[in-house]
Amino acid sequence: MISLLPRGKTLVLHIGIVLVLLALNFILPEYHRGVFSRVLVLAVFAMGYNIAFGYTGLLSLGHAMFFAAGLYGAGLTIYHLDWGVWPAFATGLAAGLALALLVGALALRTTGVAFMIVTLMFAQVFYLTTLYFTTYTRGEEGLVLRQQARVLAFPGGALDLSDPSTRYLVALTLFTLVLGAVLFLVRAPFGRSLVAIKENEERMRMLGYDVFANKLLSVALSGLVCAASGAAYAVLFGYVGSGFAAIQYSILPLLWVLLGGAATTLGPLIGTLLMFYVIDLASSHTTAHLLVVGLVLIGLILYFPKGIVGTIRERWAPWLP
Amino acid sequence: MAFGPYLLLATLEGLVTAAVLSLMALGLSLVFGVMRVVNVAHGEFYMLGAVLAWWFSTMLGGHPAVGFLLALVLSPLVVAAVAFVAERLVLSRLNYEPEATIVATIGLLYIIQQLALSFYGADARPVEAPFSYRIQLPWFGYSAYKLAVIAASMVMMIGTWLVLTRTKIGLVMRATQYDRETAQAFGIPVGKVYAGVFALGAALAAFAAVLIVPIQQAHYLMGHDPLLLSFIVVIIGGLGSLRGTVVAAILIGLSDGIVSMFFSPTLAKMLATFLVAMVLVFRPQGLFGAAAR
Repeated sequence: MISLLPRGKTLVLHIGIVLVLLALNFILPEYHRGVFSRVLVLAVFAMGYNIAFGYTGLLSLGHAMFFAAGLYGAGLTIYHLDWGVWPAFATGLAAGLALALLVGALALRTTGVAFMIVTLMFAQVFYLTTLYFTTYTRGEEGLVLRQQARVLAFPGGALDLSDPSTRYLVALTLFTLVLGAVLFLVRAPFGRSLVAIKENEERMRMLGYDVFANKLLSVALSGLVCAASGAAYAVLFGYVGSGFAAIQYSILPLLWVLLGGAATTLGPLIGTLLMFYVIDLASSHTTAHLLVVGLVLIGLILYFPKGIVGTIRERWAPWLP
Repeated sequence: MAFGPYLLLATLEGLVTAAVLSLMALGLSLVFGVMRVVNVAHGEFYMLGAVLAWWFSTMLGGHPAVGFLLALVLSPLVVAAVAFVAERLVLSRLNYEPEATIVATIGLLYIIQQLALSFYGADARPVEAPFSYRIQLPWFGYSAYKLAVIAASMVMMIGTWLVLTRTKIGLVMRATQYDRETAQAFGIPVGKVYAGVFALGAALAAFAAVLIVPIQQAHYLMGHDPLLLSFIVVIIGGLGSLRGTVVAAILIGLSDGIVSMFFSPTLAKMLATFLVAMVLVFRPQGLFGAAAR
């Protein structure tokens, strides 16, 4: 019987990683601390994507809409209604969850490639919607949130989210919460049944599981986490634009997850981090950074098809969650 | 102008879109049907075709038709060669795993796009049409070249259909599509067939692109929109159904032409995308596809 709470090596590894990330806040030079804050927020996006793709086997190409729902839910309420960060963040989460339930209920009627195309098309509709309401969203140009609006009020204090250190720590807090939740999820019966659905849907149906309900819940949860990442992005970096709803932002989490390792808890972080630095290094040495990214992708898929963490798990450390 | 002429103009423009789209979608559908590979780089093969068309057509002086014809022959061949090599080097080694091939073709997309940007640049460049007659319709003159595009696309579609249904090559392709193992057992070189199909798909996209460059200019980002549209066409038409692909392309091309002439283009795209998605939700096998095997 597997305990719901991680123990031993697993627990040490995950706490260790969070502690290293915490320490990096005080060690990293300014530029890299900025990169890491961004990576931590986007790794949450990747972890959310991983719930649907990695664990449940739902290859969606529409997750940008969930990220953007969080982004716009939080950003628009702050910008137009002068809401505080807490209610705005909650609005972002609610928007993402509602959209995920709606889109999930419709798109899950299809499977395989059709599911991929349908989610891609819904995301495209969402993207076009953000362009259509340019009066409120300012389309591609986007909105910049005022610094005074990005203050997280606490009973007995307030955090200025535009401060680099605070931003890093808030991003790390969100990352840690989601990492903990995923670690819990993979041991919980619900998480197990998701993996079982990925492995053999028919058998799960025969065993009496409501496959559709489980998948819908997976999409909803995945959408919620992605929306959390989007809402956090809006309040931490103060920018909201329709570029985040474009197809590219649906492809990126897929690449991050595959690179790091699908259905691993730490893969999304490793994948996001590596991809960021590959692009960063490549673009400082050559203007042709897309070429490098393309070659890296092909190389990885040829030689590390399970992703980095997935390969490590397969060859050396079968206990990795 | 009254309503009628507008509608006619929109219909003609829609048919031109449909002609190009059906060629491109046919390429995607072949690759998808025979190899079960979702080729995300298909739009870049299209772009590459257009960029090469500019290149070949400017190499020669003289009458624009000479350069255009050269491009029409050479650029699909070059693109097919590129696709063939990519298939042998990458896709075949991935054993055609659906997820792996998607990632690999995304990688390919980035590489082709970057090479086009580096060697061709970020400008949009025109290719001169081989002829520039205008056909005088009752209300307006219409470019004869655009009508020729529609005709060329039809010829090409019929040609592909004949190859698929009437020749040994087509038979071999269909055999591989239905049952890979059995085909292999009967001595069909499945690997070579796959590489050939992938190259053929890319060549069809490139051919469509050469037809379009005298109307739209060649640009390194031009592959994205037609990629999305041809995905939609392939799925709506039903996997592996040539008839479905043509019908869906005409449907999408016409509605795109007509709706964006009478309404806001963004709203039109929004509604069209949404409606098509809903069709798929309630009829996942597409309009003409058989139920999933």
